[in-house]
Amino acid sequence: MSARIVLLLPEVLGTYGDAGNAAVLATRLRWRGIDAAVHTVGWDDAVPEGGDVYVLGGGEDAAQLLAVDRLRDSTGLRRALDRGAPTLAVCAGLQILGRSFTVADGTRVTGLEVLDVETVPGRGARRIGDVTADPLLPGLTDPLVGFENHGGVTTLGADAAPLARVRGNGAGNGTGDRLEGAVGGSVVGTYVHGPVLARNPALADLLLTRALGALPPLEVPEGLPSSTARRLGARFPGAFTAADRRRAGA
Amino acid sequence: MTDRLPPRARLAVVAARGVSGMARRTGRHGSVIGGRVATVLDRRVLARLAVGRTVVLVTGTNGKTTTTSMIARALGGDGEVATNHLGANMPDGITTALLDAPDRRLAVMEVDESYLGEVAAATDPAAIVLLNFSRDQLDRVGEVRTVARRVGDAVAAHPRARVVAFADDVLCAGAGLRSAAPLWVSSPSSWTGDAGVCPRCDGPVTHAGLRWTCGSCGCERPPGNWALVHDDGWSARGPDGVEVPLEIALPGHANRLNATFAIAVAAELGVAPAVAAARLRGLEQVGGRYRTVTRPGGSTRLLLAKNPAGWAQVLDLLDEGPGRPVVVAVNSREADGRDVSWLWDVPFERLAGHPVVVAGDRSAELSVRLAYAGLPHRIADDAVGATRDTLGAVDLVGNYTAFHDATRVLA
Ligand SMILES: [Zn+2]
Repeated sequence: MSARIVLLLPEVLGTYGDAGNAAVLATRLRWRGIDAAVHTVGWDDAVPEGGDVYVLGGGEDAAQLLAVDRLRDSTGLRRALDRGAPTLAVCAGLQILGRSFTVADGTRVTGLEVLDVETVPGRGARRIGDVTADPLLPGLTDPLVGFENHGGVTTLGADAAPLARVRGNGAGNGTGDRLEGAVGGSVVGTYVHGPVLARNPALADLLLTRALGALPPLEVPEGLPSSTARRLGARFPGAFTAADRRRAGA
Repeated sequence: MTDRLPPRARLAVVAARGVSGMARRTGRHGSVIGGRVATVLDRRVLARLAVGRTVVLVTGTNGKTTTTSMIARALGGDGEVATNHLGANMPDGITTALLDAPDRRLAVMEVDESYLGEVAAATDPAAIVLLNFSRDQLDRVGEVRTVARRVGDAVAAHPRARVVAFADDVLCAGAGLRSAAPLWVSSPSSWTGDAGVCPRCDGPVTHAGLRWTCGSCGCERPPGNWALVHDDGWSARGPDGVEVPLEIALPGHANRLNATFAIAVAAELGVAPAVAAARLRGLEQVGGRYRTVTRPGGSTRLLLAKNPAGWAQVLDLLDEGPGRPVVVAVNSREADGRDVSWLWDVPFERLAGHPVVVAGDRSAELSVRLAYAGLPHRIADDAVGATRDTLGAVDLVGNYTAFHDATRVLA
């Protein structure tokens, strides 16, 4: 059976290339010999409850309001979250899964209440730029890298843990304490675009491991520059390219 | 038209011409400096320079420079029309272009999306052309819906301007609908990535084939007055059964659509469609875009693609030809936008069958993107160098600064 990566509402939650996160997850499974497909949930489609990993991206205010209303009534998503399906939520996606968020015109909107976070608009300028963060989530060691572009301030409640701590002039959640992202139950939320899983393959593999258990070694396809093959995963135990395998005489 | 200006403006114009000429002779910023000086000396100089002219303003995310060039040509070309053909599309550049062409009664200007309101307020345009709106440099320009809404505000503020807008693009149509009687241009379009939210009521927009409809307010794709159609060959079909074949040298679907815009605008300003179409025939490159440079052992065609919608157009164009080698160069300098996450909204999978080389400041991230797209490729230090290493015909596709770096080297 094919593994299913469920990409939620990319027409409205897809402003910053975040749909790439779903492609990265599926492709990393295929590179391990595991059949995998991205199941895209369009505006009129039901959310399947049996997906292996769920992915939400970023979006503008109006799009975020549409998305939260659409997903609030989705029993498929609710059931998937209740059974602990690993879920990646970026930017607007993170805010939607929280208790509430307040949009620029002051309207406070109830979220899906899966993550114990609340978001209000920031008072200063949007933080826009490259960001590096040291991971706080057990299982991650490499610094998290990507691009920040948001103005919201997200406060974590007692049931949410930060994903990472930003370095330098990064904003993270915008609360001034350098915390970045939110983790609660099976949900990993972040403000890091890039898309985040393309820039941080270890986070991709962590989500996949949570969904499917221990993964076979990753075999990067041939015909890629060696520097790129290394970026794609050679830092992980058991990761090697087809060329490595031939050299080893396997 | 300088003689009708008040003394202060005349002084501004004379001083600006001097500086402009000097800057050009020394090769520095000739396309904007004159306008900047004139504006410092006389804040209202742009409005004064526009008085008595028929002004056409062209804006949108992609195709501004090419379409502006086509419209200027369709209206009679260099001898008749003032235009900012160097692509200097902010107020200083537009002022400079008007300074440089004091006697031309027609002015066709491309305008940066963010400055349409300001430029329209100064120039009282006869026509405003809205090509398309999609994500571009989110970190610098801002969110595309906000940009499109401001363009719509500018449209609403100029009820006397004839608005010519693209019906298939949801955000573009939303801005066009702010005019009482827009003229619609339509064609099959493949990019709907920023089209999920209604520009009028923020409701959900769904797409079925070429049609789009808002589920909340019922707003839908307007019927095109002018359409790009394909029978035996490509042609532009207008009102009252007018149909003119498009025999343009510029490649690709996007340029056939740009040409349809040019013919529609020219017709609005009294140029017969057949005459406009004939005038477009000789256009072979626009500011280096689509230019083919020959070199020992082959040739290099230069293409610009700076965002996902632009790439969709380039991929359409590459699909029309054989699977020639492609060099892709991506930078993320100030003029490009620093964020390269847009690379993930480009279906690079469609380059399968083309030998691919990546280059530019962000070649490492581009390489990762292509790896996930399943494309074997190599990384080169230098884009133009990579084309020289390749026999036969090669396409070099760059985003803004990467493209301009390449055109400069190949000049
Ligand atoms: Zn609507």
